[in-house]
Amino acid sequence: MQQRVLKQLTQGELIGFLLLAAFALFATFVSAKAWTPAYAFQTSLMAWTAAIAAFLVLKNFYDRPAQLPPLEIDGKPNYYLAPVRFLTVASIVWGLIGMSIGLYIALELAFPHLNFSQYVNFGRLRPSHTNSVIFGFGGNILIGTSFYVVQRTSRARLAGYLSPWFVAVGYNLFLVLAISGYPLGITASKEYAEPEWYQKLLLTVVWVTYLFVFVGTLMRRAEPHIYVANWFYLSFILTIAVLHLFNSPTVPISLFSSKSYIVWSGVQDAMFQWWYGHNAVAFFLTVPFLAMMYYFVPKRANRPIYSYRLSIVHFWALIFIYIWAGPHHLIYTALPDWVQTLGMVFSIVLWMPSWGGMINGLMTLSGAWDKLRTDPVLRMMVVALAFYGMATFEGPVMAIKEVNALTHYTDWVIGHVHSGSLGWVAYISFGAIYCMVPWLWNKRELYSLKLVNWHFWISTMGIVLYISSMWVAGIMEGLMWRSYNKLGFLQYSFVDTVQAVHPLYVLRALGGAMFLTGVLIMVYNLWMTITVDELTQAQAGRPVAPALVPAE
Amino acid sequence: MSIDNIPHADHDIDSFTGVSTTGHAWDGIKELNNPLPRWWLWTFYITIVWAIGYCFAYPSIPLINGATTGFLGWHSRSAVVQSLDALQASRGALMQKLAATPLDQIEKQPELLNFARAAGAAAFANNCAPCHGAGAQGSPGYPNLNANRWLWGGHLDQIYQTILHGVRSGDPKGHQGSMPDFGKAGILTKPQIEQVANYVRSLSGLKTETGIDVAAGGKIFATTCAPCHGKDAKGNTTIGSANLTTKVWLYGSSLQTIENGVTNGHGGVMPYWGGRLDPTTIKALAVFVHTLGGGQ
Repeated sequence: MQQRVLKQLTQGELIGFLLLAAFALFATFVSAKAWTPAYAFQTSLMAWTAAIAAFLVLKNFYDRPAQLPPLEIDGKPNYYLAPVRFLTVASIVWGLIGMSIGLYIALELAFPHLNFSQYVNFGRLRPSHTNSVIFGFGGNILIGTSFYVVQRTSRARLAGYLSPWFVAVGYNLFLVLAISGYPLGITASKEYAEPEWYQKLLLTVVWVTYLFVFVGTLMRRAEPHIYVANWFYLSFILTIAVLHLFNSPTVPISLFSSKSYIVWSGVQDAMFQWWYGHNAVAFFLTVPFLAMMYYFVPKRANRPIYSYRLSIVHFWALIFIYIWAGPHHLIYTALPDWVQTLGMVFSIVLWMPSWGGMINGLMTLSGAWDKLRTDPVLRMMVVALAFYGMATFEGPVMAIKEVNALTHYTDWVIGHVHSGSLGWVAYISFGAIYCMVPWLWNKRELYSLKLVNWHFWISTMGIVLYISSMWVAGIMEGLMWRSYNKLGFLQYSFVDTVQAVHPLYVLRALGGAMFLTGVLIMVYNLWMTITVDELTQAQAGRPVAPALVPAE
Repeated sequence: MSIDNIPHADHDIDSFTGVSTTGHAWDGIKELNNPLPRWWLWTFYITIVWAIGYCFAYPSIPLINGATTGFLGWHSRSAVVQSLDALQASRGALMQKLAATPLDQIEKQPELLNFARAAGAAAFANNCAPCHGAGAQGSPGYPNLNANRWLWGGHLDQIYQTILHGVRSGDPKGHQGSMPDFGKAGILTKPQIEQVANYVRSLSGLKTETGIDVAAGGKIFATTCAPCHGKDAKGNTTIGSANLTTKVWLYGSSLQTIENGVTNGHGGVMPYWGGRLDPTTIKALAVFVHTLGGGQ
């Protein structure tokens, strides 16, 4: 007979419940006295979430067995995958929201009449788009894969019982607050750092917990060395914390108002903003996605990483050099010349460290190139590396002063960002999601590789359409803005360039629509993967291929 | 830790490439012990050498009282000044001639007129077109500049003054005065406004509503509107009152638009460009607008 253990609230459950309950009361109080309806809505949303979370902590306590889940079962790690599943689904949902908004604002640029109300005005929807895709789609899959990869490569269960859930739910509450705030007019109006003070505070608490969960898991590891993917994840978590803290010191005008003012001013503010902004590209959109690559590419190709030495050298070179490249966003501005020079030269030196990750990823396929013909998931990740290589070459070129004089403020910048974000970030994430979903839901394989193939081709054509239309638009704008007639006067007005890029804006929206179509195909495929009973499939005569089993 | 210290580094050989692994596997993933690609390493070194050289050539290292200037002596502000000077030079002697020639003499010299119109067209496209339209055709509330109808006068010097000081612009020398809100202020009742609006439409031969006493509207016009618009309703350019007898309408000729104007008044703003553009450019703009199709 099993020994009875007295069921007790853990310290975490007790403190968690008390803090959540207290916060729910506090947020209700603030909501009641809020100065604007939008802020009252946001604070009451926080209050409700905290109250429901407090209730769920108690409910879970009554439902769970007396003992918490063991770290190991029969000598094998008992992986904690439920938060990873939540984060994966959240990522896809935010991806759909963000990309749909993206398509809408692309159409707004081509057809301005779509700006029919203040709530769907381009200026308000644009941060909703960028935040949903970067922090919603990208952030959720980063936290999700990091929780997955750190467990598998450390052979250890995730640290904490409630804290991974606090990270997952807290992060998504932050996203809901921030992204619903922009259409309502709540914004700090700093690019990629638009969340207001209370949203930023919430993110800070969530992020510190994330750091503890991740480091706690690493400290529990059964492996003698820390796997390269985890270096990349850890530098992402640490650096984003530092960047966030330095770019967010704001003073709220009242506890009862959403409005705050940043303590930095003038060119210092601009410098901090673009140091942050560029390193959001570096440490949010590059470094942790390389971590994803370092796990899922060798796993899917079933080949060893090409070079251990290259991974060390390019890792340290990348993180040391990337952090200085921010001023290239402010070339030919009030920023002192010497800072502009440093931003430019560090961007050039960054070229090879960036490419180190691409080489290591692509060369890992040596011995497995034939798989590209048969496995569209692997093909997606390889194309991601190709776009990564292209965007990280294009970036340094655009940082050169003379080139920047042509490209700055044009649509080339938009094209550059999207070749990185659609081609690299989204593609490597799709690859990871296609690998991970069958593993997470205990399925032998994806529902349909044919649908992955459709996803691949439709969205690849979408990306090519998007970035080539923006290249043409950007170069045309740059050249038109600087062109003089023979008497020495400007040949074109700004309005002329707006007219000239109209057809390219239409093409760009078409490219975006194709990319979104690809994602819809993916969602259907994943839905079927999770819900369809594989046994019935096999009986119906549908061949079941050998499962992609992650090696133990 | 050096690669040589990794345990069993030589014992595990990858069968496809023949390269040894580092002897460890994470969740089944191994790492090969390949050296850094030579081309990669050398390109990396070259970019570093280039970066150091660039830092000697351009301002780069912060010191206590400013930064190093670099041996090329390049400075972003002087670079702007140089390119502006080069631009001025490319415009040649005609630019100086334009600056020196009195406004009323420009149009008498074909070469200078041509040059002034080119300068004015460029300035117009980037400063005036957002309101007046790319072809100066105007839009409701923003005057059409091709129609030879002038609120504040169509002589060259009048156009120049309007551009320089603006209309209700905050510049004390700008044009002042606006159309009062006769309805909102309670001076005219709604039926009276209807009558006067119909009368105004009749002045340019537009249809009037049946059942409205247009003659009564004429009487109201004579007492209430004529002080500014004149008894003949032809307007007055010294106070900017519109000529109501032509087919050119600033806000539109529909009955509703006119009634709305009489009820709520009008007072659109044109900025004073003297605060933003240099006198020669304003001169060129005045010539450009004057020779568009109107001009007196």
